[in-house]
Formats: sequence, structure tokens, C-alpha cells
Amino acid sequence: MKLSDQFEQRFHAMINHYPTKRSVLVPSLLYAQDELGYLTDELIAEMAQRLDLTDLEIRNVISYYSMLTTQPRGKFNVQVCTNIACMLRGGEEILDHCKRKLGIGHKGTTRDGLFSLEEVECIGACSWAPAAQVNYDFHENLTPERMNEVLQDYRRKVHQQENC
Amino acid sequence: MADVNITLDGKKLTAPAGTLLIEACKNAGIEVPSFCYYPGFSLQGACRMCLVKIEKVPKLQTACTTVIGEGMIVTTDSPEIHQARKSMVELLLGNHPLDCPVCDAGGECELQDMTFAYGAAESKYIDIKNHREEQQWSPVVYFDRPRCILCYRCVRVCGEGMDVWALGIQNRGVASVIAPNKEDHLECEECGMCIDICPVGALTSGAYRYKTRPWEMKHIDTTCTHCGDGCRTTLGVRRADTGIEIVRGDNRDKSGINGDFLCIKGRYAFDFVDNEQRIKQPLIRKDGRLTPSSWEEAFELIGRRFAEICGREGGRAIGVIGSSKTSNEENYLLQKFARVVLGTNNIDHHRTGDFPAFARALAGKLDATASMRDVFKAPAMLVIGNDPTNQHPLLAWQIRNNVRLHRSRLYVINSQPIKLRRQATAFAHIPAGSEAKLVALLAGDDSVLDVLVSENTPREALLSLRDRLRGEQNLVIIFGAELRGEEMARLVKVGSAVSGAKFVCLGDYANSRGAADMGLYPDLLPGYLPVTQGKTFREEWGGLPDAPGLTIPQMVDAAKAGQLKALYVVGANPVARFNIDPFAFAKSFVVMQDMFLTETALIADVVLPGANAYEKSGTFTNTCGDLQLLRKAGEVTGTKPDFEIIVRIAERMGFDVRKLVPFGGGMWADMGQSRGAQSGEADRHSVWLEAHGLETKLSPFDPMAILDEIQRLVPGYHVSRRTLLSGTDQHTRIGGPGILHNPELIVPANDDLFTSGTLGRYSRALNSVLENQRRKPVETEVAAD
Ligand code: SF4
Ligand code: SF4
Ligand code: SF4
Ligand code: FES
Ligand code: FES
Repeated sequence: MKLSDQFEQRFHAMINHYPTKRSVLVPSLLYAQDELGYLTDELIAEMAQRLDLTDLEIRNVISYYSMLTTQPRGKFNVQVCTNIACMLRGGEEILDHCKRKLGIGHKGTTRDGLFSLEEVECIGACSWAPAAQVNYDFHENLTPERMNEVLQDYRRKVHQQENC
Repeated sequence: MADVNITLDGKKLTAPAGTLLIEACKNAGIEVPSFCYYPGFSLQGACRMCLVKIEKVPKLQTACTTVIGEGMIVTTDSPEIHQARKSMVELLLGNHPLDCPVCDAGGECELQDMTFAYGAAESKYIDIKNHREEQQWSPVVYFDRPRCILCYRCVRVCGEGMDVWALGIQNRGVASVIAPNKEDHLECEECGMCIDICPVGALTSGAYRYKTRPWEMKHIDTTCTHCGDGCRTTLGVRRADTGIEIVRGDNRDKSGINGDFLCIKGRYAFDFVDNEQRIKQPLIRKDGRLTPSSWEEAFELIGRRFAEICGREGGRAIGVIGSSKTSNEENYLLQKFARVVLGTNNIDHHRTGDFPAFARALAGKLDATASMRDVFKAPAMLVIGNDPTNQHPLLAWQIRNNVRLHRSRLYVINSQPIKLRRQATAFAHIPAGSEAKLVALLAGDDSVLDVLVSENTPREALLSLRDRLRGEQNLVIIFGAELRGEEMARLVKVGSAVSGAKFVCLGDYANSRGAADMGLYPDLLPGYLPVTQGKTFREEWGGLPDAPGLTIPQMVDAAKAGQLKALYVVGANPVARFNIDPFAFAKSFVVMQDMFLTETALIADVVLPGANAYEKSGTFTNTCGDLQLLRKAGEVTGTKPDFEIIVRIAERMGFDVRKLVPFGGGMWADMGQSRGAQSGEADRHSVWLEAHGLETKLSPFDPMAILDEIQRLVPGYHVSRRTLLSGTDQHTRIGGPGILHNPELIVPANDDLFTSGTLGRYSRALNSVLENQRRKPVETEVAAD
């Protein structure tokens, strides 16, 4: 399977770092997921072959980590924290607000494929709770209004890209 | 290893350094409960049932992952520990269904036992149970997810033990679930190891599920009848309208040579016994058609015809074909019947390994054969030819696990990339048919190198393999039917240069080795003694024919030429096996005894319903030469063991059966006392007699009477009867001078994991797997971990 040059570079740099080949599995899956959007069957077979593992073992690892997915996700993955600090400061309301606003539930994806929503555990931004993470960006001290803006910003970004 | 001092529950003990605490406890007679710990597999530490208190360690520790240390003071039970374990059970029961009344494991479930022991009947959890429907993963394996306690035993046995890696675990925490390799189904070796190792009823088998309750069965351990390896299988039986029904096969008795192992055949393929096509009545051909008759009529006819033919034309005019699936006693009896009653050496069987050449090559060597147990312990192993994973599943298990657990070195030489190469230190992939050249190379002949090298196996690899082999000690050398006659002799010669080398010659059927040892050959008496040298037997039996008799192909020719007037086939199917023209025997009187109307029935004049190995007592010798007991488990009304049939035919021919079976012997049965201080005396007495081979054989149908004769006359069979009777395998030595045969007569069975000659054709379990495979594309072997 053809993967990007960047992936290959990273993969080959990592493979010699560890005593066993399978140790590079998790980072490789993350890199691949960033490129492909999700972990395809083809990618799973490819990793199994490269690392001398069974497809089943790769799937076992993917299913263990909630950040890895074998299902296509929206362009922006909205991860709302509802762990203690965030919960105390309104994280649950933020999540509910997103559900209503986007019309999807936990692990759902909007019909236009723009957003996915996920309820997640602590993302390490407790000092600025409630917090959410969209792909790799953090958004803090959220209120429903602030959340609307965040979502709107992402929509705008896409439209701009499409228009130019 | 040095011993360390530990204190267990106040008892001061020593145990070898490196021992796991749980094992040290077990050896000291203290049971520490465990779910996930299983000896011989990697440590999991998942269930936390084995918690114990170690002094100076603040929290309770898992005994299954702790290695003992000097001065360790351990408490294995206290209110604190009891409470901890009770909580573990309570957590496990949190989502466990209470369907024990219908669960296959009910009554022999480790979770039930623990709940009983720790009294965790109440629960603080009031959540709704997360129910999932039971899933069928393959014809053999069913999974009931809510019952699973996530001990990972199944995952480890399938991966580490079987090297199949078909089971995995998905998700994490409470959502964890055991998963099959093909998302919703399994593609695997269907061995059922995962099912039997499951401590609860989460994995169940298609063969047994919902059939009966464990306490309704009686358990009888006997020897598997499917391949040459001789696993001990325990059959669960119960009464049925038709006799005694076999409902389950497993290996609860782990003291057999197979330890934890059984393949699909030993575990589930006992079901040929009650196939509805089983013959249950003698059939006699009348007006061209096989017609049901009585035993009386059949014996009368056979006795009369055999006696007539013998009287008119002599034994030369009769041929006998024996089986590789009948017991040693039956095989011995059959050849004795042929030689003494019929007066002919025309006796043969389907040969799958060149044992006579093996005996010849080893003549004069002591301790030169390896037992199945030796294979698991050898520091190094060489496997030439064959594909043990498919043809000798137990042998493959022994080899694999010897490598895994004892770091034994394995050298594999094969013309195919067989699965065992994955455990091999070195694998030489040689061209098909060049095994003999390989032996020459090992012997030092470098001129054959050109023939042997290939892209995968360059010259240097072959030479270094030879060097490494020469450097080994106590090497076990295992070879398939690829090596025969002189070539085998050469291998034995080369191999014997390695100090302590032992050999295993592979034969395919359950008693192929026994058939050979018992002399089912036209030119060999029991113990590979050429008929021309049969002084002992001649004296013992009062005469036997001098000239070697006919092989199977020669019998066919003789029949075509009108010289073979009768053919007696016991438990064999020569018509299918040797592709015999059925018309060859058109003019001969053919008697056959078998379970099914095989191709050979087409040419039979009389068909007698025989019993199989699970329905009789006696012994089998596996391919390594390990002698083991067969115990009668099932019974199908209307059939008879081959032993009895042979004796009755002899009797009908007017022969004095005492000369055939040495029973009675002038001893009186001691019935003992039935009351008072000495009651039970008869039992003690008879146990002693039996152990010394002296118990009275009251009937001519007692196979033990023939075993006495075998042990007396067949070299290598002089093993301890007492140990044998206790259910322990006894390694026999291959004896006698042996002989060089025509190698073309050896036809490997080529059975694989899911076939077993005629038996396999009538097994629902095996057929369902084959059918299932046919529906799917061929699966390639999976990568190892
Ligand atoms: S039946 Fe045997 S091969 Fe199949 S999953 Fe179970 S342990 Fe593995
Ligand atoms: S299926 Fe059985 S053996 Fe496998 S993890 Fe569950 S309880 Fe253990
Ligand atoms: S390995 Fe052979 S003897 Fe053992 S269970 Fe399988 S068929 Fe029977
Ligand atoms: S609890 Fe939400 S970021 Fe830590
Ligand atoms: S037996 Fe020790 S943790 Fe399971």
C-alpha cells in the first residue's frame, strides 16, 4: 500500500528504536490515521504484514485506544471533555449543546461530513475548564456561545478553502 | 537451581529459586485459587483471585506472577484475603448470567466452585446485565459472551500453544471482549483447546453443547483412534437405547502423553460411532444382494467355506488383510489365526511407514527410539519430511512446546514450507523427493549439494545445518514415509553418530505401528521376525507355514488368476485404498468385518458388523512405540469386537480355540468373601493377579489372554503390566531382525487435520468443518507474534 513519504520516513526512523517491531504499531497507526482519516482494512493488512502480526492483533490494539478508529470520521473531530474539572464547570452542558447544535450524538458524524462529536475523558486542560479539542486544537473556557463561534470558525475555514 | 527458603502459612519450606509462588503453594499442598493462571502459558495477572499476603509488602500480591524470594513469609488465607477474593468473584458475577442450569459448564465450572467457596452470593451491583446473544464462530466453536470472565486462557492456548493466533481481545475495561480472527467467525485448526481450557461455559462446542449434564456421564479414558500419535482422550458416556452412547470427548485426564492437548479428531470425531449408516447386523450376499442375516447363519457359512477351502486347497488359497485401527491383541490374534488356523502366511495390511526397515536399522541398538514424552524434553530435534501439524498433531504440539518452554533447537528439512518451520532454528527447504540426497549430505557426501540447493536454501545454509547437527547431543530424529529401506538405514547410521540420538519413524494410523509390530506381514512374524526364522513361534504354536505369503497386490493377482479362493478382510478397505479392480475377487469368497459398507463391501459375500476402538478393550502402540490401553467406552447393540469374531470363526472351523487364545489355564476364580472382616479380599487379590498378568482369563474373548502371549513372545513388549493397567503409557522397544521390503507397498494415508480415512467420512464433526471450509476461500497461514 502506498503511504506518504513523510509516513515512510517516520516509520523507518522509528522501527530501529525499539527491541521489538510491534512497538512502533501505535505511533504508526496514529500517523496513518492522520493521513487517511481513519484506519482502513488495507492499512491494517499492511501494518500486519510489516510488523509480522495478525490482522486480529492490529484490530485488538485499535479497539483498545479510543483515539484510533476504523470508522470514517468528520473533517473536524470535536472532543468535549466531561471529566471532573470540566464537569464541575459545565462540560456536560457544552456536550449537550454540541449534540443539539450538530444534530448528532456521541461518536456521530454530521451528514455533510464536516463534524464528528465525541465525549472524552480529561484532555489535560483542566485549568481552563471546560475544554474541548478539535482535531489537534484546544478550545478552552467554553460557554455555549463560545462553542458556537468555534464551530462557526471551522465551517468558515472550509468555505474559504472551497471558494479559492 | 539453588533452593530458597520460604514460609507458607507457617510451614517452613524450600523450593527451587525461580518458582512461582502459586506453584510453590501447590507443591506444598496449598490451593491458591486462580482463573487466569494456567501452567505452561505466559502469565496474565488478570483475574486477581490468587491474592496472598506477603510480609513486608503493603498490599496483597498475586501469587501467580510473584517469584519466590529468600525468606519470604506468605499467608494464603486470612479474613482480609478471603474478603478480597470474595470481592473479585462478586465483580465477575456482576455481569455473569445466572444460566448455570442450562450452561454446558454447570457442575464443572470454576466460577461456580469459587462462588461456592467464597460465598459471594450477594451483590452490591444492581445494574442491568449486558446481555449478548450466543454466537457461532465455526462448526466447532460457540461463544457466549456474557459468561466470559476474561481470563485470556483461550487467547494464550490458541496463540502460544497451538501457534494459530486465532483469538484476540478487543476494547478495554468492562467492554473487553474475546474476538475471533475473522470479525464474526473463526478460521482456525478447530482443535477445541480454547473450549476445554475455558474455566466457565463461555466457549462451548458444537459437538457437546446442550446435550447432557456432566454428572449424567461416566468418564472413560482411552486412546484416540484417529492418528498414529496416541493421545489419551476421555470419553463421557451414558446409557442409550442402542447400548452405550458416547456424548463427549475431552482430555480432563491430563496425565496422558498428550498433557493438555487433543486435536479436533480426538476431541470431537468420536461421532462416527453412532452414524446411522453403521452396520448392526451381519449381511450375507444372496442372489447378488447383501441380505440381513443372523450371526449364527453367518458364522456357520464362513466356518464351513473357510474349512472347505483350507481342506481342499490348503491355506495358500486364502488371503487375510488386517487393519491399522484394530488393537494389538486383535492384530496378533488375526495373524495367528491366519498362520495357525488357516495355515497361510498370506497376510498383509495397509502399510504407512517402513517399520520393518526401521527394526532392521536399529537391530542391536538399545534405547534408540524416542517416546512421545521424550520429544517434549529433547534438547534438539530434527524433522525430515512429513507435515506433523497436519498429520501428527500431537507430535507437532510436543515439538512446538518443547521449543517454546524448553528452548529446544528444532531443525526442519522439508520439500514444503510446513508450519513447523516457524519454530525452527534452521529450516532447509529442499526439492521434492530429495530427502534421500539430504541424508547423503548429512553423511558427508558433498556431491549432492547441487541437487539440494535452492533459492531459499543456499549451499552455506545446508552445510551449516550439517555442522550444527553434528554438534548436537541427545538429538531426537523424526522422519516421515519419505525415508524408507536403505535410505532410512543410512539416516539411522548417520544419526547414531550423534551421542544419545533417538529416532521416531512415522506411521499414520492409530495402530499402524502395532499392526507392524504384531506381524501383519506375509514374510514377518510378530516382532519383525522373518517367517523363515520363526522357531519360537513354531514351537509355541505347534507349526506354521515356512514360505512367505502374498502381499496385497499379489493377492489381487492370485485372485485374478483364480488361485485365491477366499479373502478375509478385517477392518480395512483395500478396494478404495489400493484402487483394486473390484472384479478381481469376483470368484473368491470374500468376508469382511467393518463398521460401514465401504467400497470393499461391493465385493464381499459376508459382511460382519465390527466394533471400533472405542468399543473394546486392548492396547494400541503409537508411532513412537508407546503402548497404551484401550478401554471400552461405547457399545452399539448388534456389533461385536473383531477379537470375538475371529475366535468364533476359528471355533466354527472346528479349531480348538484354546490353542488360539490361551485362556482359562487351569486356575479357579477366587470369588473371595462377601461379608465379614475379609470382605473385599477378592478385589485386592485380583488387583495383584491382574498386575502380574496372572488373573484368570475366563473366556476366549478376553484380549488380555493374548496380551499375555504378546508380552511373552514379542521382543520389546516386555513392559510392566501393572504400570500399563494404571493407565500409563509404556515405551516398547522395536525388536527383531527386521527386513528390507519393497518400498512401493508403503502408501501414506495423507490424512490432514480434518480427515481420518474411513472414520472421517462418517464423522459429522469433521464433515461439518470440511463443508464449512469449502464454502470459504482458502486461508493462508497467519503470521506469528
Ligand atoms: S479451536 Fe483451537 S485453533 Fe480454533 S480458536 Fe480454539 S484454540 Fe484456536
Ligand atoms: S472465553 Fe473462557 S477462556 Fe476465554 S477469556 Fe473468556 S472465560 Fe477465559
Ligand atoms: S493428535 Fe492424533 S491421536 Fe491425538 S487427538 Fe489428534 S488424531 Fe487423536
Ligand atoms: S477534566 Fe476536562 S480537561 Fe481535565
Ligand atoms: S491467577 Fe493470579 S491474577 Fe489470575
